[in-house]
Amino acid sequence: MGVLTDQPWEDLLRDCAPQVLGAVVRRYGDFDRCEDAVQEALLAAWQQWPVAGVPEQPRNWLITVAARRRIELLRNEAARRRREEEVAYAAPVEPPPATSVDDSLTLLLLCCHPALTPSSQVALTLRAVGGLTTAEIARALLVPEKTVGQRISRAKQRIRDSGARFRLPPPAQRAERLAAVHQVLYLIFNEGYTASAGPRLHRVELTAEAIRLTRQLHARLPDDGEVAGLLALMLLTDARRPARTRPDGGLVPLAEQDRSRWDAAAIAEGVALISDALARAPLGPYQLQAAIAAVHDEAARGEDTDWRQILELYGLLRVFAPGPMVTLNRIVALAMADGPAAGLAELAESALDPALAGHHRVAAVRAHLLEMAGDRAAARDEYARAARLTLSVPEQRYLESRAARLTPARRPS
Amino acid sequence: MKYLILIHSNQQSLELWDTLTDEQRLELGRGHMRLTEELAESGELIVSEGLADPALARWVSVRDGETIASDGPFAEVKEHLAGFYLIDCDSLERAVEWAAKVPDAAYREVEVRPILDMSGWEF
Repeated sequence: MGVLTDQPWEDLLRDCAPQVLGAVVRRYGDFDRCEDAVQEALLAAWQQWPVAGVPEQPRNWLITVAARRRIELLRNEAARRRREEEVAYAAPVEPPPATSVDDSLTLLLLCCHPALTPSSQVALTLRAVGGLTTAEIARALLVPEKTVGQRISRAKQRIRDSGARFRLPPPAQRAERLAAVHQVLYLIFNEGYTASAGPRLHRVELTAEAIRLTRQLHARLPDDGEVAGLLALMLLTDARRPARTRPDGGLVPLAEQDRSRWDAAAIAEGVALISDALARAPLGPYQLQAAIAAVHDEAARGEDTDWRQILELYGLLRVFAPGPMVTLNRIVALAMADGPAAGLAELAESALDPALAGHHRVAAVRAHLLEMAGDRAAARDEYARAARLTLSVPEQRYLESRAARLTPARRPS
Repeated sequence: MKYLILIHSNQQSLELWDTLTDEQRLELGRGHMRLTEELAESGELIVSEGLADPALARWVSVRDGETIASDGPFAEVKEHLAGFYLIDCDSLERAVEWAAKVPDAAYREVEVRPILDMSGWEF
């Protein structure tokens, strides 16, 4: 004990979290109890390390503390059961051997188990793999701590009920289970990215957390093109963040952003990642989305954007992962490449799709295309309609300001 | 995503309340307690409360920096909020499922409203 390292201990602690949990679960098997025990060990480290210094072998320290906590939990449970059974398996106090096996992937797959709802997958992943406390997760997700705590214990109960074990799923299920992991990581990223416009103090940066976890996954599975694509997509999207909001929190649309404020290093890394993945891995939806983001990020000015290429990429994305947002985004690209009339014609057709009926973005896209076509009055009405239908406050303000801009100024009488 | 489930009270529902037996009224209250527990247990509850009679309300305004609190114009109030559930769940469909479990939904309509968030967007 007592050795203070140069590495910030918080980062070290969070990096250790999944390895420690992996080691403990591998040894004892009871995932839900082990997860509680590791969480308590992390809290103990939070309290003790800043005072006593980082232990020489932090991972073993955490494993030992977690193993002890687990026994305490077992004892408490046994006491609660009025000691009707002996605590036979509570005997060993010596820490399990810290194996060199990295269990983070197994852990990630378990946290994104198909028996869980998306919000439970997010909460459990952030705690068990991300090493965040329940309070931090609650602050980040803007819900009460109790709600998150319950979500996590419910998730663990579901995992137990499903009979899932702490091991990699059979190869036949691997791709499907990994796809769920991609989704959860992207959900965490978007949760942070979309919330970033608000005045959020003291909140954990979920975008940074998603990027960190995806980076770890990419290091583990360097040949997985979709993991590389996902990481690239996050980097290329997050790179625009500094230019995305005005100081008053208002949104700046992509075309009007000050591109000199984009994060050039993140763009370079994202572009390198996606170029490499496209060259050697089978194509997938995250790679396509990253490629689209790269085309945007590589344009020095909004008017330099290669919309023809974006249109082609959306065409492919529509085959790989069809969905209402892909349809709409493709229509925007079509209008930018071939003119607003082409976009409006296709929009009229697509708006009949029940998945898009009444969606505010149909109105927002129509407004944008009508404005491009010079029909100011109709554009204003559609912006106003979109503003009423959206759930997002910054988006609402943006749409309202577009509508106001198109409202003819009243002539002084 | 967050949703507010609103339980409104109006003349019609008050008249209906008068026709309920004591046991039915008790059961309605128990139903709310069960629902609150179920929501909390699933990790989707943020808060749920029932509201006191609107006769106890104060209407607050600030004019010229002065706070004025007055008794409400309850004589004209045709409809008021009687209670609410603020929940956080994965979809509107899920919120509607929960709303259907609100005991009052068996007697009249309850309302589900999405909560605005600070989400950004890109265009």
